[in-house]
Amino acid sequence: MSLVAQDVSFVARGRYLLRDISLEVTPGEVLAVLGPNGAGKSTLLRVLAGEYRATKGTIRQSGQDITETTALALAQSRAVMPQAASMTFPFAVRDVVALGRAPFRKISTRQLDQKLVRHAIRLADIDHLADRAYPALSGGEKQRVHLARALVQVWGMDGPERNMVPKTGHEDRDRFLLLDEPTSGLDVSHQHALLGVARREAHQNRVGVLMILHDFNQVTAYADRVVVLQNGEMVAKGAVDDVMRPDLLSAVFKSPIRAIPDPEGGSVLVSQAG
Amino acid sequence: MKSVRQVETSLRQYWQINRPVMVLVLLMVALLVLVIISLGTGGARIELGDVVAHIAHRIGVAGVGIDAFDARVLDTLRLPRIARAIVIGAGLGLAGAVMQSLFRNPIADPGIIGVSASAALGAVAMIVTGHIILGSYYPVVGPYGVPLAAFGGAVIATAFIRILSRQDGQTDAAIMLLIGVAINAMAFAGVGVFTYMADDAQLRSLTFWQMGALAGNGPTDTPALFIMALGIAYLMTLGTPLNLFLLGEAEARHLGVEVEHLKRRATVVTALVVGAAVAVSGIIGFVGLVAPHLVRLVTGPDNRYVLPASAICGAIMLTGADAVARIIVLPAELPIGLVTGIVGGPFFLGLLMREKKRRRL
Repeated sequence: MSLVAQDVSFVARGRYLLRDISLEVTPGEVLAVLGPNGAGKSTLLRVLAGEYRATKGTIRQSGQDITETTALALAQSRAVMPQAASMTFPFAVRDVVALGRAPFRKISTRQLDQKLVRHAIRLADIDHLADRAYPALSGGEKQRVHLARALVQVWGMDGPERNMVPKTGHEDRDRFLLLDEPTSGLDVSHQHALLGVARREAHQNRVGVLMILHDFNQVTAYADRVVVLQNGEMVAKGAVDDVMRPDLLSAVFKSPIRAIPDPEGGSVLVSQAG
Repeated sequence: MKSVRQVETSLRQYWQINRPVMVLVLLMVALLVLVIISLGTGGARIELGDVVAHIAHRIGVAGVGIDAFDARVLDTLRLPRIARAIVIGAGLGLAGAVMQSLFRNPIADPGIIGVSASAALGAVAMIVTGHIILGSYYPVVGPYGVPLAAFGGAVIATAFIRILSRQDGQTDAAIMLLIGVAINAMAFAGVGVFTYMADDAQLRSLTFWQMGALAGNGPTDTPALFIMALGIAYLMTLGTPLNLFLLGEAEARHLGVEVEHLKRRATVVTALVVGAAVAVSGIIGFVGLVAPHLVRLVTGPDNRYVLPASAICGAIMLTGADAVARIIVLPAELPIGLVTGIVGGPFFLGLLMREKKRRRL
């Protein structure tokens, strides 16, 4: 069962920010969302997360309309990594990550929470920051903290390996991870580390991953399917190889884009100056 | 200082409790000690030994009581007064902590969104115009009139703020805070107008509402104190949701908080608590702002500990300020709002300066 948007439109102050979008985030798969600034990518993510209510159309998560689902039930099967989260109170990094366990506070144990938090902190490469105050971190470091927070949330009652903890009856739930420009502000190695973690969650843990990306080659390297938005409308949808064509991208981004053969195999997409 | 830390650490390791829990326990002990000291303090000095003996007698541990006069002073004057100080202090401290998290703003407090001022406006309006508006009913309403008007003022102000800040079924915390500031200014202007209209006798009661006093109004305070106790119990449960709120409203929702419900309940209950507090004691500023900050310096920002600790800290502050207010200008007493300002202000400033050096804010 997937996270399905059907004919979704979103209107704000009389303007269509999204128009008739239909898409599916399937467990086990990475779906990338691509498009110029202002195309409606973040709006789409917020509508899918239940933060904004679709003006028209429906969104179903595992078959259930999300407007009829409680925030808690959604939070137990879907995590969101925001573009920027403000937090002015000096929480320690470890405690910010642990907030991701809040949806499970009635059903989880302290041991499980601590174990998952430690693991996520390692994956996000913030071990050395764990005891620092969150507000004092750099932008990229904060991003990694929110990645870890989203991970401990999406792992739910299962853990990073599906059978890391005894069965609780929760592991059959579909789970979804929505990432809003997760690589912005990260250096190259951390970008790849993050994308690798997201792909691994999809392919090994059967999480449905949706991420907004800007780098074409990251899309081709890490995504399974891709959706291209332009002016709130979906202009392309499909397997990565079918959509990531220079002609289509050049038209959408109004900038010449070429595919250049890579000596290591395959090809890379480059945009030309001027 | 260092040896204190070491003792604390070893004690904690021995009992296997974490630091915030330790802080809560220490605060409780401090409050208890302060209550006993405060019971002995005032116009009639009562030895601490006698205070303890009297308490022991009352709870049935000791057979013999103390001097009848002292016992009466304790039972009818100081105990009720200290009970008021504890409930009101706890309510204000907790309300401040909740507001600061709800608005994600460290300077928010019940005063700033105009709830206290509106409550005072209600009270002042009743004092000055009650006998005109209510006419022959005035004696019937009697001693309940002013506290009820104060409470009504707080509730109306909160309803007003909520209605004005709502858009498409959602409220924006930042707008809400600003609307509160505007309401606050208008309410204070209203208080000024009534002060201008008041005669000499009314002016004295007005002073009470603006500077605060714990003398209380006898049994008429009971409903208000009861409302506060209920409100305090509810607000105490909001620790984790308010932690999530600190990440931002969208993030709180993603983490399972019904954001609009939380905002509605928290603001309404906070207003009830603050309105009831003003109904009993007039405006006592500062406690709601400072108690949570003092607490965070020690426990860190986790609301699961900040909320209960702020309540206890507020109770300590008000009980202490009350003891000072009772003895400093004997045989009169200073309005307690002045004490919290005079003693608390510089103390808080000092703490801020120290904190400024330790970290960048």
